[in-house]
Amino acid sequence: MSKPLKQIHLAAHFPGVNNTTVWSDPKAGSHIEFSSFVHFAQTAERAKFDFLFLAEGLRLREQGGKIYDLDVVGRPDTFTVLAALAAVTEHLGLTGTINSTFNEPYEVARQFASLDHLSGGRSAWNVVTSWDAFTGENFRRGGFLPQDERYSRAKEFLATTNELFDSWHGDEIVADQASGTFLRDAKAGAFVHSGQHFDIQGQFNVPRSPQGRPVIFQAGDSDEGREFAASSADAIFSRYAQLKEGRAFYTDVKNRLAKYGRRHDELLILPAASFVLADTDAEAEVLAKEVRRQQVSGATAIKHLEFVWNRDLSSYDPEGPLPDIDPDLGDNHISKGRAQVRMYRDPLATAREWRELAAANNWSIRDLVIETGNRQNFIGSPETVARTINEYVQTDASDGFILVPHITPSGLDIFADKVVPLLQEQGVFRTEYEGPTLRHQLGLAHPDEAAGERVAS
Amino acid sequence: MSSTSPSHLHLAVALDGTGWHPASWREQVARPRDLFTAGYWADLVAEAERGLLDFVTFEDGLGLQSSHYGELDGRTDQVRGRLDAVLTASRIAPLTRHIGLVPTVIATHTEPFHLSKAIATLDYVSTGRAGLRVQISARPHEADHFGRRTLPPLSLEELRTPAGQERVADLFDEAADYVEVVRRLWDSWEDDAEIRDVATGRFVDRDKLHYIDFEGAHFSVKGPSITPRPPQGQPLVTSLAHQTVPYRLVARQADIGYVTPHDADEARAIVAEIRAEQEAAGRADELVHVFGDLVVFLDDVQAAAEDRRARLDALAGEPYESDARIFAGTPAQLADLLQELAAEGLTGFRLRPAVLGHDLPAITGGLVPELQRRGAFRTAYEADTLRGLLGLARPANRYAAA
Repeated sequence: MSKPLKQIHLAAHFPGVNNTTVWSDPKAGSHIEFSSFVHFAQTAERAKFDFLFLAEGLRLREQGGKIYDLDVVGRPDTFTVLAALAAVTEHLGLTGTINSTFNEPYEVARQFASLDHLSGGRSAWNVVTSWDAFTGENFRRGGFLPQDERYSRAKEFLATTNELFDSWHGDEIVADQASGTFLRDAKAGAFVHSGQHFDIQGQFNVPRSPQGRPVIFQAGDSDEGREFAASSADAIFSRYAQLKEGRAFYTDVKNRLAKYGRRHDELLILPAASFVLADTDAEAEVLAKEVRRQQVSGATAIKHLEFVWNRDLSSYDPEGPLPDIDPDLGDNHISKGRAQVRMYRDPLATAREWRELAAANNWSIRDLVIETGNRQNFIGSPETVARTINEYVQTDASDGFILVPHITPSGLDIFADKVVPLLQEQGVFRTEYEGPTLRHQLGLAHPDEAAGERVAS
Repeated sequence: MSSTSPSHLHLAVALDGTGWHPASWREQVARPRDLFTAGYWADLVAEAERGLLDFVTFEDGLGLQSSHYGELDGRTDQVRGRLDAVLTASRIAPLTRHIGLVPTVIATHTEPFHLSKAIATLDYVSTGRAGLRVQISARPHEADHFGRRTLPPLSLEELRTPAGQERVADLFDEAADYVEVVRRLWDSWEDDAEIRDVATGRFVDRDKLHYIDFEGAHFSVKGPSITPRPPQGQPLVTSLAHQTVPYRLVARQADIGYVTPHDADEARAIVAEIRAEQEAAGRADELVHVFGDLVVFLDDVQAAAEDRRARLDALAGEPYESDARIFAGTPAQLADLLQELAAEGLTGFRLRPAVLGHDLPAITGGLVPELQRRGAFRTAYEADTLRGLLGLARPANRYAAA
């Protein structure tokens, strides 16, 4: 009882290009038109959310050698949308997923420093790596990076951008019209970086931004990814939104902080989480089932089965039984451009297990994909969902959640209207923004402050 | 072809720091401490929009500004540092309704795939008002910021020699490939590719998404873009050109070329050269604008403009020199000059205000009314898109079946 309540952090993930985004619903709007982003961002800001989150993908997905056409396809450029959203919001953080493989540090540092200036200190970077030659076909540098080098390149990339952000200290611009001194120091922005992946030098041309550096997110889950986050990130975009797995992940990652001389509260754990709300818990359960059926059409069910079978299953009836033939254990040649397929490490066992499940429950292919697919994380009345989220946070399954609605762009509205007020009543979620920058909302110190000192909140 | 009156001039303003004169930041009106805030740029673009201008351009560069072409100058008495131009333009887009937004992009060190979707997205957030100004960088110190190629030192004098032109010709070839990739990616989605067909469960008609399969000397790009075809179909491509090699880039790939004639004869000769290159490129029947670039000091009386120029030159410690002609005078005199040059075939002008805080309001409040009185400039925005303002039709998609 003596332990003070943790304050919950909430963020809004713009619905992405997975089948979890329901485009067939009459309420579903454009995921490209700027008006959708404005609605989504302004809803999040009205609800006093910490930030908006954008994912990224740099090549359209393919399955069976053809562009995958069953899910939402396409998205705008991350940086450009975030800069425009800075004009229609005042406090909301703007988090962009930007790949460190198909970019150069100087350019990415310029873009984040510029976004931070243009938003008055609200930028954040979800640093991801990709190494596939498939995506690399869209870029100068090509794609290939051996897997064992991807974290070393990502680490060096981030370290290099930090050197660029720190190459200006914030006091260089004098702009004294009378004396004619614009810059205090002719060497402002000077940097030299000589490493395994980058050998660059010169002068950075964007002065120190309000937050010093963007807030850094990390999304990887491997041991290396967790170390990377513990050493260098401000927050983790995690996949563990369930109570037990969430607590295990939370404990594991927070325990890694000490060896880097960092405190528990210097790294936030923010899992992605979906939700379905209705007036009562029972109604929400019914609705959640309906949404899952919308998310998995018959055609989608067949395609998901192909991830495991690694074969063309288009001749199968989604309302019929599972295939008798076994998965093809050769190289993946069915699906390209998504991470999901690597999750099935033993396709034969998965196929056997699914056939047994389907037989026992009399499930069709589509039923099976729906039933074995991810259930929404929070299902219930506003009271139930608010209570559950608070319990998860107070018991250290997370520090908050990055909510992923299934409808663009209005899917967040009900959460903002019904759940946020309850969390505010319980005193676990802000009723006013805590300061101008994203670091203020997240309770993170400005990089210029001495370690241990906190931003006043 | 053009929906606008043929006697109408097109006017753009080039935004750079506090203005094009290196001492401009020292003027009372200059706001040098606001340079790195969104509000500064929003105010400038709002002023340009009040003047019904076609568009603004945003200068950019991948290194600190310098008074020398090929190297840093170590000076501390001029504006140094800048924000990314594409992001600045995007930040302003939701705050404006009619004016075009044309950021500079450097083709030499950046990824055409990223840039294509960035400009497509700028077109979405501005609902059809985006363009780009493509630029090369031959500067060795900027290449060092990327560490992927080494460029030998190059001075402005060398740049003007045949050998210097040979060197930049390769960079311009790369820029031409870059624009080709950017344009193909814009077309890589047909306009009606998104079908949302609930019956078949298909979100897109993948037969209307196209690989661009570009292979060139500097890069190959597969496509399609991750961003659907932008509202204008093809946002505007523009380029500044001083010589034959860049004129060729304009003629082959651009919708607008900015050129720097110092008198009517030069204007005539440049326009003729670009038109000939345009014909050679098989684009004779396409509308390619040729805009004259001018640095302007504008005041109600000529002496005031000249005095201001002299005062700023004195503050800078040397006379300001430019690739473009420097004009100092009244709005009526400038209107005379613009009409004289337009008679030689220029279809518009990109004005570079010497001091943005002074000369931009002088353009919108002095030059524009003067041109309107002469029936030479619009009195209201008459189109919803930048292409529309410039009399350019929305182009057919190169990949769509006829």
